[in-house]
Amino acid sequence: MKKNNPILQIFLRPIWGDNPINIQMLGICSALAVTVQLKTALVMALAMTFVVSCSSFIISLMRRQIPNNIRIIVELSVISTFVIITDEFLRAYFYDTSKQLSVFVGLIITNCIVMGRAESFALSNPPHLSFIDGMGNGAGYGLVLVSVAFIRELLGSGKLFGVQVVPESLYAIGYEDAGFMLLAPAAFIIIGLMVWLQKTLTKGRGVNK
Amino acid sequence: MTENLISLFVNSVFTGNILLAYFLGMCSFIAVSKNINTAVGLGFAVVFVLSVTTPLNWLIYHFLLAPGALDWIGLPGADLSFLKFITFIAVIAAVVQAIEILIDRFSAALYAGLGVFLPLIAVNCAILGVSLFMVERNQTFMESLIFGFGSGVGWMMAIVSMAAIRLKLRYANPPEGLEGYGLTMIVAGLMAMSFMLFSGISTG
Repeated sequence: MKKNNPILQIFLRPIWGDNPINIQMLGICSALAVTVQLKTALVMALAMTFVVSCSSFIISLMRRQIPNNIRIIVELSVISTFVIITDEFLRAYFYDTSKQLSVFVGLIITNCIVMGRAESFALSNPPHLSFIDGMGNGAGYGLVLVSVAFIRELLGSGKLFGVQVVPESLYAIGYEDAGFMLLAPAAFIIIGLMVWLQKTLTKGRGVNK
Repeated sequence: MTENLISLFVNSVFTGNILLAYFLGMCSFIAVSKNINTAVGLGFAVVFVLSVTTPLNWLIYHFLLAPGALDWIGLPGADLSFLKFITFIAVIAAVVQAIEILIDRFSAALYAGLGVFLPLIAVNCAILGVSLFMVERNQTFMESLIFGFGSGVGWMMAIVSMAAIRLKLRYANPPEGLEGYGLTMIVAGLMAMSFMLFSGISTG
C-alpha cells in the first residue's frame, strides 16, 4: 500500500491527529455521559460509527440536490432516520444496554460530530470518501470513549466489561475502589488530562490539523 | 404539589444541572464561554428556547405520539413514539426559527443581543436532551414547564460562571499542552464537583 493512499489517510487522520473529541472538541456530551462502563461506551461508539458513516454517505449522495438554505434541516432528517433505526435496533436486541444509554442514543442527532462531518466533509466530497471519513471519525470517537471508560470502570468499580479484575487479595490489604471515578466530575478531569497528553505528544512530531 | 415543583426546580438548577451532571450542551459551553457577554446572551437564549420547547414537546408527545395518544381521532392502538426524535428536533428547529423571526420583527435591541445565538441553539444537545428526559421521566405538563425553565437557568448559570473563571485564567500560566481546551475541561470538572455539594438542599 502506498504511503499517501488518500483513502487510508482519510480514515486514519480523525483517529489520532484530528481526533473529533480531543482535538476538534466535538461530541463531548455523550463522551462524558456513557463512559461509566466499558460496555455502554462500546455500544455507543458502534452506534455513533454507524450513524455518522451512513448519514455522511447519504448526504454526500444528495449533495448536489440539497438547496443550500435548507440543508441543515435536510441533514437533520437524514441523521434522525439513522438514529431511529439504531435506537429501535438496540431496544430490540440489547434492551438492558439501551436502558442504560437512555436518552444518549437519541442525542446522537445533535451530536456535533455528525453535523460537523456532514457540513464540512460530506457536502463537498464523493460518497465513498464520505463513508470512510465517517468511519474514521466514529473510530476516533470510539477510541476516546473506550479509553475513558476503561479508566473509569477499572478504577471506579474494579471491573472491566462487568467482570471483576481487581483481585480480592488487593481489597484484603486495604485497596478501595475510587467511587469518585463514577461521578460526573471525574469524566471531565480525565478528558482534560487526555487532551493534555495528546497535545504534548503530537506537538513534538509536528502533526497538525 | 407546589412543594414538589419547587424541589424539581431547585433540583434541575443545581444537583441535576443539565450541563454539569448530564453533560448536555457541552459543545457550545466550551466554544462560547470565552467571553462573558456572549455567554450571558447565549444563556438567556437557551432559557427562553427551553421554556418554550419543553412544554410544547410535552403536548405533542402526549396528544400525538405516545402509545394510545391518538385515541381522540379513533386510533386507540397507534404508537408513534418511535417518531419522537425526528418530531422533537423538527419542533425545536421550527420554534427557534419562529422566535428568531418574531424577535427580529418586534425588538431590534433584543435581536441584536440574542439573534446570532438562536441558530446555534437548534443543534444544542441540551434542548433535545431536556425534551427526551421529560418523556423518559413521565413528567406532567406543569413539571415539564418547570423542568424546562429550571434546566435553562442551570445551564446559563454554569456557562456564565465558566466564562468568568476563564477570564481570570487568562492571567494564569498553565503547562503548554494543557492551555485552552484541556484546562477548560478540568475547570468544568471542579465546577461539577462543587455543584454536587448542593445535593443537600433538594432533599430537605
